[in-house]
Amino acid sequence: MSKATTVTKKGDGKGPVAAGKRRVIICAGTGCVSNGALKVYDAFMREMKENVLDFDVILKPESDNLHLSKSGCQGFCQMGPLVTILPDEIFYTKVTPNDVAEIVQKTLLKGEVVEWLLYNDPNTKQFCKGTHDIPFYQRQMRYVLKECGLIDPEDINEYISHRGYEGAKKAFLSMSAEDICKEILASGLRGRGGGGFPTGRKWDAARVQPGAKKYVICNGDEGDPGAFMDRSVMEGNPHSVIEGLMIAARAIGADEAYIYVRAEYPLAVKRMYKAVADAEAAGILGDNVFGTGQKMKCVVMEGAGAFVCGEETALIASIEGMRGMPVPKPPFPAQSGLWGKPTVINNVETLAQVPRILLDGADEYRKIGTATSPGTKTFALTGHVVNTGLIEVPFGTTLGEIVMNIGGGVTDDQGKITKDVFKAVQIGGPSGGCLTPDMLDLPLDFDSLRSVGAMVGSGGLVVMNQKTCMVSVARFFMEFTQRESCGKCVLCREGTKQLLSLLDDVIEGRATLETLSLMEQLGRAVQKGSLCGLGKTAPNPVLSTLKYFRHEYESHVIDKYCPTGRCKALAKPMINATKCKGCTLCVTVCPVGAITGGKKLPHKINQEVCIKCGACAAKCKFNAIEGV
Amino acid sequence: MQATETHVTPAEKFANVCAILEKHGRHPAKLIPILQAVQEEYGYLPEEVLTFVAVALDVPAARVFGVATFYAHFALEPRGKYVVRLCNGTACHVKKSIPILDALYRKLGISEKKPKHELITIEIVACLGACGLAPVMVINEDVYGQMTPDRAVKLIDEILEKEAALV
Ligand SMILES: Cc1cc2nc3c(=O)[nH]c(=O)nc-3n(C[C@H](O)[C@H](O)[C@H](O)COP(=O)(O)O)c2cc1C
Ligand code: SF4
Ligand code: SF4
Ligand code: SF4
Ligand code: FES
Ligand code: FES
Repeated sequence: MSKATTVTKKGDGKGPVAAGKRRVIICAGTGCVSNGALKVYDAFMREMKENVLDFDVILKPESDNLHLSKSGCQGFCQMGPLVTILPDEIFYTKVTPNDVAEIVQKTLLKGEVVEWLLYNDPNTKQFCKGTHDIPFYQRQMRYVLKECGLIDPEDINEYISHRGYEGAKKAFLSMSAEDICKEILASGLRGRGGGGFPTGRKWDAARVQPGAKKYVICNGDEGDPGAFMDRSVMEGNPHSVIEGLMIAARAIGADEAYIYVRAEYPLAVKRMYKAVADAEAAGILGDNVFGTGQKMKCVVMEGAGAFVCGEETALIASIEGMRGMPVPKPPFPAQSGLWGKPTVINNVETLAQVPRILLDGADEYRKIGTATSPGTKTFALTGHVVNTGLIEVPFGTTLGEIVMNIGGGVTDDQGKITKDVFKAVQIGGPSGGCLTPDMLDLPLDFDSLRSVGAMVGSGGLVVMNQKTCMVSVARFFMEFTQRESCGKCVLCREGTKQLLSLLDDVIEGRATLETLSLMEQLGRAVQKGSLCGLGKTAPNPVLSTLKYFRHEYESHVIDKYCPTGRCKALAKPMINATKCKGCTLCVTVCPVGAITGGKKLPHKINQEVCIKCGACAAKCKFNAIEGV
Repeated sequence: MQATETHVTPAEKFANVCAILEKHGRHPAKLIPILQAVQEEYGYLPEEVLTFVAVALDVPAARVFGVATFYAHFALEPRGKYVVRLCNGTACHVKKSIPILDALYRKLGISEKKPKHELITIEIVACLGACGLAPVMVINEDVYGQMTPDRAVKLIDEILEKEAALV
């Protein structure tokens, strides 16, 4: 671009820009892009050219120029598009192309902050200048996601300038396969794909297998509907995944790697392809890794939309070009995996931790997290909380810290923070379970979650408010697993179908108390009689809601009443006389004239006439209408 | 039926498929990438092409159909010029994706059982990985976050207007 060494505005005598070596980073993850981040990027290009600012779009270590770049997801998509300005550490939210001129004029040329583009904390009403002032970020610990949102994922040099590929270099140049397995085992790293299996043990099992041909696979299928951690890592820091794979390959003696990416993630697919090509061009992958003469080939494959393919044996079948159906273990993939060869398969986030563990050492890693679950975990925090997004916290962080502090509190259906509306958190997606308000002090790790009948799973955390019907939630997950069952095992295939129809009985008012015990029995049978994790965990959402929200089921079954009004057949809209102000608004919106009452007097709904459309409840300004 | 499909003869179709097969070394293990490329080319997987692929790879047609029917991404029927994918993953579901679906169905006069509309295909998917923006809808390649039934209907109106202007 230019050879200038300081950021100067050419020729008009206004002098140098406030700070040299400034960086403008525009978040270009999926969330921000859909909010218009690319248009903001273009606007910056235009505006900076117009102001004749010297700037680079490609990072050059020797240049002092203003640097404009894109980044991966910074986790706060809901506030996007995000624009970060370094080293000032200014964090602008919801930036539109129209705001760019002001940012260039004020911040880039004069070093001033444009206050109204800052994040405004809804709890304190304060403007937050940088991420370190925002509770959402303050309380996180970014380990895997550290570079996401800082470096340009499409520029291998940026990765390299942040210690990139040094872990792999160390593994290839100065460590034996056994050393690597020992180090990873000592770090206590456990698989982030759901099971929490010790990664070092898995690698060592594959390492000791005889034979020259072995494979490593990165599981980027991320099937949990409501989780996007792996996506963000692949989009925001694809090289960290490749580096982790290289280290895994070196640890077991493999020379070929597959990266299996979920097909709903076009941007992640694109970035992974580019990262592999760039690493090949740089001589990092290929026939002569770091000049050692060792080979390392890396193939990106797109999934084709089957949740069960996240299961390792099904994923292997899918790479082999077959229907993705699980097979019994043993033999484990470490013994006989892809094409019958020893294969290690790890989750994206597991692999992305590996380079730093090798560089900093196992002891350093163990300082984070808990004794049995070291390190950090990313979660996709969604649902009825103020701040939704991608978060990363050390294992052992309490549920309350996540929901109340990072998440900023639970909201009502209109998105307003409201006291006492917190009902439950669903963790682990279709395999997981529910956590209740009295578990707010529970430190989250692999073992504590299992002890309450839930699991880390993939890391989806869905916060739900009082207006959420837990029976419907259970049905939602059951419908998902029933649809995704591969059909191999009778108990999984038919059992999930039956569970679904029993849930429909509850929701539509046909169930009795016997239905509930039948569901419990059947659920346990499906857990026992299924081959793979999908069937084994499919009943969890039902069993866990039955355990913690039994009263809600009983209300559906005995009183034929859905307290939230979500189950239309069992909704009974009623006006709470103490809340009703008699404004008569509901009378005017009811399509069937079911509501009566005098001005300024509590109103009443005639149940015989009401068609449970919910129009009245949506309009009432005093939340007086309940149960619909 | 298809607004965009230009009519190609079977021979031409197979020529395209041959190029795809060559690119993947006619390897049966590459069946999934091959079918993905075929679908990219035609918008769906025509039955005759599937049979052709089976013959070319020297595998039973049942194997090819087995794979094509197993994975949700493969469409065995032509799709509309606009594929609207509405997310009903957990995050979108709790933020009310179903009322959006109902609004779309109502607008287009279709239903879950009869989802065919000549221009617009509605698909329900489980998580597009943009949960922070729930509920999410994707029209062809464009992602729209924080959807409401009204906004969704408006987007459909825009498509219909644009297409009406083309005729
Ligand atoms: C139905 C089912 C779906 C799964 N989906 C995923 C997934 O999307 N991503 C993943 O990494 N692991 C998934 N797993 C777990 C994998 O089988 C496997 O344990 C994991 O990839 C191992 O990697 P890790 O040791 O690094 O966790 C799934 C398992 C089951 C039974
Ligand atoms: S448990 Fe379900 S998904 Fe798993 S192999 Fe059996 S039928 Fe297939
Ligand atoms: S709208 Fe609400 S407050 Fe007004 S009359 Fe109806 S129930 Fe009462
Ligand atoms: S739910 Fe609908 S029909 Fe019933 S009272 Fe309210 S507006 Fe009228
Ligand atoms: S895509 Fe920008 S914060 Fe997630
Ligand atoms: S649940 Fe809809 S995008 Fe994830």
